[in-house]
Amino acid sequence: MRRALAVLALVAVLAIGALTSIAAPADAQDSLPPAPYAYRQLEDPEQEAKAQELMETLRCLTCQSQSIADSDASIAGDMRSQVRQRIMAGEEPEEIRQWLIDRYGDYISYKPVVKPLTWPLYIIPALVLLLAVLLLRRRFRRARRDGGEA
Amino acid sequence: MIAEIGLVLLWLAAALAMLQLLSGAWSLTGKDGTDELRAETAGMVRPVAVMQGVLAALSFAMLAWLFVRTDLSVLLVALNSHSDKPFIFKLAGTWGNHEGSMLLWATVMGLAGALVALVERRLPEKTIVATLAAQAFVSLGFYAFLLFSSNPFERISPVPADGNGLNPLLQDIGLAFHPPTLYFGYVGLSVAFSFAVGALITREVGPAFARAMRPWVLGAWIFLTVGITAGSYWAYYELGWGGWWFWDPVENASLMPWLAATALLHSAGVLAARDALRTWTIMLGVVAFSMSMVGTFLVRSGILTSVHAFAVDPERGSFILVLLAIYIGGALTLFGLRAATVTEGKQFAAVSREASLVFNNVALTAILAIVLLGTLYPLVTEAFGTRVSIGPPYFNPMGAVFALPMMVVMAIGPLLRWRDDRFGRVGRALILPGLATIAVLVATLVLAPGIGVLPLLGLALAVGLAIASVIPLFGRNLRRTPLPIWGMVVSHLGLAVAVGGMASESAFSTERLVAAQVGDTVTVGPWSIELAAVEPVAGPNWTALQADMQASYEGGAPTQMLPQSRTFTSPPQTTSESALHTRWNGQLYTVIGELGEDGRWQLRLWWKPFVPLIWLGGLLVALGGALALVGRIISGWRRQYQARRIAMRREERPVGDLR
Repeated sequence: MRRALAVLALVAVLAIGALTSIAAPADAQDSLPPAPYAYRQLEDPEQEAKAQELMETLRCLTCQSQSIADSDASIAGDMRSQVRQRIMAGEEPEEIRQWLIDRYGDYISYKPVVKPLTWPLYIIPALVLLLAVLLLRRRFRRARRDGGEA
Repeated sequence: MIAEIGLVLLWLAAALAMLQLLSGAWSLTGKDGTDELRAETAGMVRPVAVMQGVLAALSFAMLAWLFVRTDLSVLLVALNSHSDKPFIFKLAGTWGNHEGSMLLWATVMGLAGALVALVERRLPEKTIVATLAAQAFVSLGFYAFLLFSSNPFERISPVPADGNGLNPLLQDIGLAFHPPTLYFGYVGLSVAFSFAVGALITREVGPAFARAMRPWVLGAWIFLTVGITAGSYWAYYELGWGGWWFWDPVENASLMPWLAATALLHSAGVLAARDALRTWTIMLGVVAFSMSMVGTFLVRSGILTSVHAFAVDPERGSFILVLLAIYIGGALTLFGLRAATVTEGKQFAAVSREASLVFNNVALTAILAIVLLGTLYPLVTEAFGTRVSIGPPYFNPMGAVFALPMMVVMAIGPLLRWRDDRFGRVGRALILPGLATIAVLVATLVLAPGIGVLPLLGLALAVGLAIASVIPLFGRNLRRTPLPIWGMVVSHLGLAVAVGGMASESAFSTERLVAAQVGDTVTVGPWSIELAAVEPVAGPNWTALQADMQASYEGGAPTQMLPQSRTFTSPPQTTSESALHTRWNGQLYTVIGELGEDGRWQLRLWWKPFVPLIWLGGLLVALGGALALVGRIISGWRRQYQARRIAMRREERPVGDLR
């Protein structure tokens, strides 16, 4: 099963690798000046805190495992600016997240959307816990002072 | 010539590993003492293991020599070194690449096997033979990988004029020693695994096995702790945004073996002291080893971080995946086949030290499952055509569900007696930490009402645990307290300190992103910072713009901060070099960004109260491990020495006297 999964994953990865290497991105935006709110905080500390919290859970698409809140990449700057401007305009963080997901896919959000595809993320830890309890249950003595030698 | 000698030595080491495996396995097939040939073969295993370690070490020394001489006719050297590099980076270049690091792995593993062969006399000979055979099996995989798909000694023709050099960013003394630190940890866990296999095969799962295995687990755990702590600090100061943990697959790959090793360490302690948790300890040995393999190979294959990195060299990646499947699959199969033959060991009451250790073992296992799942799940969904990201919003709360109760149990557990106890007996000792926890909880809620739930609980429990962790020392003669007890106290205190730092950082950090002209003064938290000047400076292979900031804490005398924005020429790259200032109550973090069109500089400033506690705590945890390790080794020697003296006395005395 494990092996089959590994091979399956391998095949998938190779396929996606081949696809993505065809579509080479053109990085022309680097020369443009950064978006207005890329490196500027919002005036209202409450709004800024909201924006910050959201930015920490959005993936910087060109970086390696960094959120847009801690990246120098230009796309991260543009997205920070987007997020701050939308927050300033009164949008709710989850609305903005949804807008970004609609545009870029689930990949952009570090917060896994709870749907059938991601149920195992919550079910499997529970199963592990159950298994551990079953394995160890018999280690406990039922009644006190019954000798307890195995 | 050196390269060819190195390759020959590597082949010889591999051949000896094969001999070690076969002779060990064959000698175990016969019945006890009935077959002299088998007994002789078994006697061969130890010397072969020693020799294998020596040969692997010599082979690695050859590669190091090639790097120090910068022999450009060797492909690996040409790709990763340069004649102008300083000596230390030439040497570090030996393992700063894929092939070299794999050779280092095999070498350290060979040397560890040699050490086991030389010094371990506590276990029955059969168990040691089985252990060394298992060790040889694991080593063989690495040798095969090196010889068939990652030969470090390959020649290149024509010989290039000079080497490619090393990515300037990687020429950092911390980075040169970070990967080997983690590798030592992984190797230690593989030795622990070999012991588990040896004990399983020869049905010797008991306290003696736990005592023999424990120093290896401890050693591995210390290296992993130091490696993770150092890696986190490196990310913190180098990436320039003040983050210190990203739940990056590479970080997770080092965290998972650590979690497994932590659980294994504690359950081995129960097995050694109380002969309980036999099956569970063996299972954790298998899991810890699997996690270190995942750590080594999945990161090496590149499959986790980037699909491109994997697709560039699918042959090597497939080799890695097959190897991984053989190791983990084999380990799990053996466990499945033999687990039933291990009797379960002693039982204990629901309130006892064993029970508290079991609770935390289960919690650690659950956290491990969460991290593993969160790391691998994106791969699985990718297979179904959806790319998802799993990050802090999953890991933090899910991990905390188990980590926070674990801290409560950590505070109580060391006070409980083995086997059976009552809460009433330890209740009084817990009044102080309990009150401290509540006081911090209330005070934080009053002073910082907007604080998040996790930082709040983390802060309160950290204070309570810090106090509770030193209680085991009360009423003891401190000079006669055994080192392992000191180790436990220091490690638990270290964990409390680290959690306190994390909670404080996430709750109380203040961030300031501003555009400032030279001469402007900006405030962040209690600091006021004047941008005094921005000047160009030059280094050996970079130029930089350096800001001169005068930072003053609550109007005190100013401290100079010199963050830089560095530009490297080859390869062209700009990096932010942050400047940090540490006070007893926190750290000021300053970064200079780009110059805007309006002539103002982008500055990023953070005041992070108590953030250094995170790494200080990590180091304390490692220090506690080191104390325990030294204590265990000394007591092990003492026991062996006494056993030998008793044996000698028996020999000296004529048999007749005994009657």
